[in-house]
Amino acid sequence: MEHFLDITKDHCPMTFVKVKVKLSKIETGDRLEVLLSEGEPLNNVPRSATEQGYKVLEVTAVEGNVHKVVIEK
Amino acid sequence: MQFTEENLERYSRHILLQDVGVEGQEALSQAKILIIGAGGLGSPAALYLAAAGVGTIGIADADVVDLSNLQRQVIHFTKDLNKPKVLSAAEKMQAINPELKVDSYHEFLTAKNIRAIVRKYDFVIDGTDNFAAKFLINDACVMEKVPFSHGGVLRFDGQTMTVYPGESACYRCVFGAPPPKGSVPTCSEAGILGAIAGMLGTMQATEALKHVIGIGERLTNRLLSFDAKNMQFRTINVNKNPKCAVCGKNPTITELKDEEQAVCEL
Ligand SMILES: [Zn+2]
Repeated sequence: MEHFLDITKDHCPMTFVKVKVKLSKIETGDRLEVLLSEGEPLNNVPRSATEQGYKVLEVTAVEGNVHKVVIEK
Repeated sequence: MQFTEENLERYSRHILLQDVGVEGQEALSQAKILIIGAGGLGSPAALYLAAAGVGTIGIADADVVDLSNLQRQVIHFTKDLNKPKVLSAAEKMQAINPELKVDSYHEFLTAKNIRAIVRKYDFVIDGTDNFAAKFLINDACVMEKVPFSHGGVLRFDGQTMTVYPGESACYRCVFGAPPPKGSVPTCSEAGILGAIAGMLGTMQATEALKHVIGIGERLTNRLLSFDAKNMQFRTINVNKNPKCAVCGKNPTITELKDEEQAVCEL
């Protein structure tokens, strides 16, 4: 299943906290599409997700400074 | 369970940890921990457990706050002099975390009442300073099968061990019986550097949190002691004693009784 989360308005550390909360609620194998901003969130969220055992499938620029990160649980 | 936005932020530094996460934080919010003694060890333990988001904290102490307590019992303030320690401690814990439920026991825990209290909790922290209370807590926790953290401090030294009744060595397995009265100094005769109580009580709180979250290795079958004057730490391995009077194969202690000893809090 695909899930969606917009953290473009959040700041560190709540960005990854919200990603973790969302990931905790979805099934293993499900995918979470996260919209986030350049800079700290883009630097930290994919790296933290990988460190904590999730699979980062995709990081792409969407528009302006917004990026899309797809994470598999 | 659903965390509010505010609680996500409050506990964000826990949730970020891979070993805690949302699940660990939920477990903490459901947990019930009993702290016996709101003194030198109980103070830091109570503050950290309240801050950590433990759902229910029981605190037991029959004393009132005395001026000589304030040098190390950091949960009590000068304005709390003569106030029951459990009340003073409850106020501070709830000031940190208004969602916390506190059960206060403004009484001595004795052979008569301790088992009924201990069995309501998931984990117990022994923050008492005398051998009689330590053996009573050990025996009650063994009988009720409630894991607990033993702790003791004196001068510059601290000692702690975690007990899982039936599975790991208990306090009595290691120490047998209380030493004869008068053979060892109690708190009224020996001093203590206040911060040492903080070190030890904080270790005990850590063991309680690890138990609830279910992570890491507990300090079982190991006795950790430190000499803070030279900052030397060591752990010695200890074993469950098959002849232990309370947790051995043929226990001789099947009912609790109070040992006589003056009680005071370090
Ligand atoms: Zn034993």
